[in-house]
Amino acid sequence: MSVTADKRELRDDALNGLQLSTRLESLWRTPSGFLGALMSVDHKVVGRRYIVTAFVFLLLGGVLAILMRVQLAGPEQTFLSPDKYNQIFTMHGSTMMFLFAVPVMEAFAVYLVPLMVGTRNIAFPRLNAFSYWIFLFGGCFLWISFMLNVGPDVGWFAYVPLSSLQYTPTKRPDVWAQMITFTEVAALAVAVEIVVTVFKLRAPGMTLDRIPLFVWAMLVTAFLVMFAMPSIMVASTSLILDRLVNTRFYDSSSGGHPLLWQHLFWFFGHPEVYIIFIPGTGMVSAILATFARRPVVGYPVVILSLIATGFLSFGLWVHHMFVTGLPQLGAGLFTASSMLIAVPSGLQIFCWLATLWDGRPVYRTPLLFVIGFIVIFVLGGLSGVMVASVPIDTQVHDTYFVVAHFHYVLIGGAVFPLIGAVYYWFPKITGRMLSETLGRWNFWLAFVGFNVAFFPMHILGLIGMPRRVYTYTAEMDWAHLNLLSSGGAAIFAISFALLLANAILSLRSGALAGNNPWDASTLEWATTSPPAPQNFDRIPVVKHRDPLWADNESLPVVVGLSLERREVLLTTLAEADPQVREASPEPSIWPLLTAIATTVFFIGSIFTPWAVLWGTPPMAVALIGWFWPGGSKENEE
Amino acid sequence: MRQTIVRNVADLPTYGYGPRSGPWWGAMGFIALEGMGFAIAIGAYLYLYAVNPNWPIGAAPPDLWPGTAETVIYLLSIIPNEVTNRAAHRQDLAKVRVGLIVMALIGIALLVLRGFEFAHLNTRWDNSAYGSIVWLILGLHTTHLATDLGDTVVLTVLMFTRHAKPRRFSDVTDNVFYWNFVVLAWLPLYVLLDWVPRL
Repeated sequence: MSVTADKRELRDDALNGLQLSTRLESLWRTPSGFLGALMSVDHKVVGRRYIVTAFVFLLLGGVLAILMRVQLAGPEQTFLSPDKYNQIFTMHGSTMMFLFAVPVMEAFAVYLVPLMVGTRNIAFPRLNAFSYWIFLFGGCFLWISFMLNVGPDVGWFAYVPLSSLQYTPTKRPDVWAQMITFTEVAALAVAVEIVVTVFKLRAPGMTLDRIPLFVWAMLVTAFLVMFAMPSIMVASTSLILDRLVNTRFYDSSSGGHPLLWQHLFWFFGHPEVYIIFIPGTGMVSAILATFARRPVVGYPVVILSLIATGFLSFGLWVHHMFVTGLPQLGAGLFTASSMLIAVPSGLQIFCWLATLWDGRPVYRTPLLFVIGFIVIFVLGGLSGVMVASVPIDTQVHDTYFVVAHFHYVLIGGAVFPLIGAVYYWFPKITGRMLSETLGRWNFWLAFVGFNVAFFPMHILGLIGMPRRVYTYTAEMDWAHLNLLSSGGAAIFAISFALLLANAILSLRSGALAGNNPWDASTLEWATTSPPAPQNFDRIPVVKHRDPLWADNESLPVVVGLSLERREVLLTTLAEADPQVREASPEPSIWPLLTAIATTVFFIGSIFTPWAVLWGTPPMAVALIGWFWPGGSKENEE
Repeated sequence: MRQTIVRNVADLPTYGYGPRSGPWWGAMGFIALEGMGFAIAIGAYLYLYAVNPNWPIGAAPPDLWPGTAETVIYLLSIIPNEVTNRAAHRQDLAKVRVGLIVMALIGIALLVLRGFEFAHLNTRWDNSAYGSIVWLILGLHTTHLATDLGDTVVLTVLMFTRHAKPRRFSDVTDNVFYWNFVVLAWLPLYVLLDWVPRL
């Protein structure tokens, strides 16, 4: 039996215009003051924090990259000691992969997906707030450890036995393993939120074939997170147990096996690449449609490609292990699947090129970054097909060729679309336009700097320079290319400084954006810039794949949601028919307290297994506080 | 932009059961990722099993009775769990209260039995890779058991206080749903932990 609410309750059909907006804003706003800020469960507030924090980590990781390039600019440099270099390349990789690349993509989803599907908040807003706090505390923990000279130094992959107690008796790998747990908890929480938001909170009429491509990309990504991250959870938990309580998972003298680590790590690690890349493709599709002035060609093809890429990404992990002596049959299978994944990626690229070809492109900064993405990612894809082949991989394994390849894929596939996305959605998030002039400088410096920095690494790898070395001798004849690479890295870094300057200047005095400055077609542009706390005064109804282009005069909406409690509209999975008016949680301090308790638990357990015992009750109390119904109308109905 | 009202949704219910509710989908999401965690752990067990000529390593297989007793209780628990589910759908508060108490007691009994099971594994976590993976898998499942028990106890308290509102019955059905996952996850683990070492 279901219960309908009291018909006398004040609903959004009773008010209009400013009255309705004011009423909804007071209902959905984040409480004022410092405590209020800590209690926020607004997906836009959390998303903004996530994005800014992830970019701070990008900055930190970038500084480390520059330090490495200074060290490698010439032969036999003593700028960094071997020990410091080990820490720095480990921190660079770990920061970029775990604290920047995945979180920033999920952060954009946290901000944008609810707006793009036409709802008022993300599913499970308190979990969302919790995930941010966990991410923040985990990242701070890693960096504070680094500052205290306890930073990890065994690579972002932390291969055993190098990371085992026997060879690294310090706390460094423990810090790394616990940081993994933090980021994994945060990423998994967001993944579930995204899936449920897309499945159940879509605006009425947004059928599966009307979902924006960026949202499709984030949905596929969320599933990848859900099915890939448990593997690193098992791996890192086993590693830390080996180190702290003498379990034997990776100890070959007691039946354990070091290669188990690599299987578990890369079963997560290769989908991780696509967890970073697929959101980038979603950003590309969104930007391209807007600036080509037409929908993306082959909408179903792009979706099927996204799904196919997601599936295939789980069949690639062994190509990281070709030189570990696996059976030939397995190597052949994984070579085939590694090459096969180029097919859906290629299909998407053809769809985008066709969109540009058939459209009326307007070459603004976001589109420039998309074009840069296409060029760089195709180059990265080509070198990917090369290293998918066992004979070539055997030759270039652990050389700078691989470093060049994965930077082409990751920066080309993710960072270029991401910077394009910053230029594209900055007006929506802040209400201000970024400077177009600075944007063009930003793009060209980034494009030139990136290629000068990373292309020579292909050649360095082919002539034998191994990765992860802190220096080399002059006789190796690697100095000129390394100097060139370091110069390119400096230019690339300047491009990011320009982006930062552009953002700061535009926040202060950028042109006002208006609701839809690019004349885009998706629902996030149907609301104010920046969006009000309630996102939409009334929930939109979607009748077309590009609603703002099809319904550009008048937006169809539904009414009937409460003005006395926070409500979101749940719809059916396929057809998005209205189904339930469900309560959305109010602001709460408990997600933060739970995150603090969780942090104490995890950090404590590095130093004593007893932390598992004394750390559990505070977490349990915090969780009960989180879920305990308050006295609000939402809970007392 | 102007707005055109095309529908009034005021008559829709304010909560739903199963796939009609948000929390149910959230539980599904966590079940999917936790299920993947179990699958990966099982994979790690089988990997270690495959690379070691002797299995179990330096130990007798676990004593059968604790795991078997648990399995029987898990399977029987589906009955009161389902009774609680139906009572929650009917919003029969009295029967839901009884059902939750019974399920909480079952959870406590299983946790006690789990203690015996750890004691009868015939290996310590630090004896060998076999001991390590067995303890890890059992620990993983115990975490789920304890979490669900905690949820059941909290829900029980809620249903005995002023918080026993209609929408809370939907939470009860989600708890029932999650318990079924805990039971379902246990069955392959039981075969893996108790019978594979006897092959």
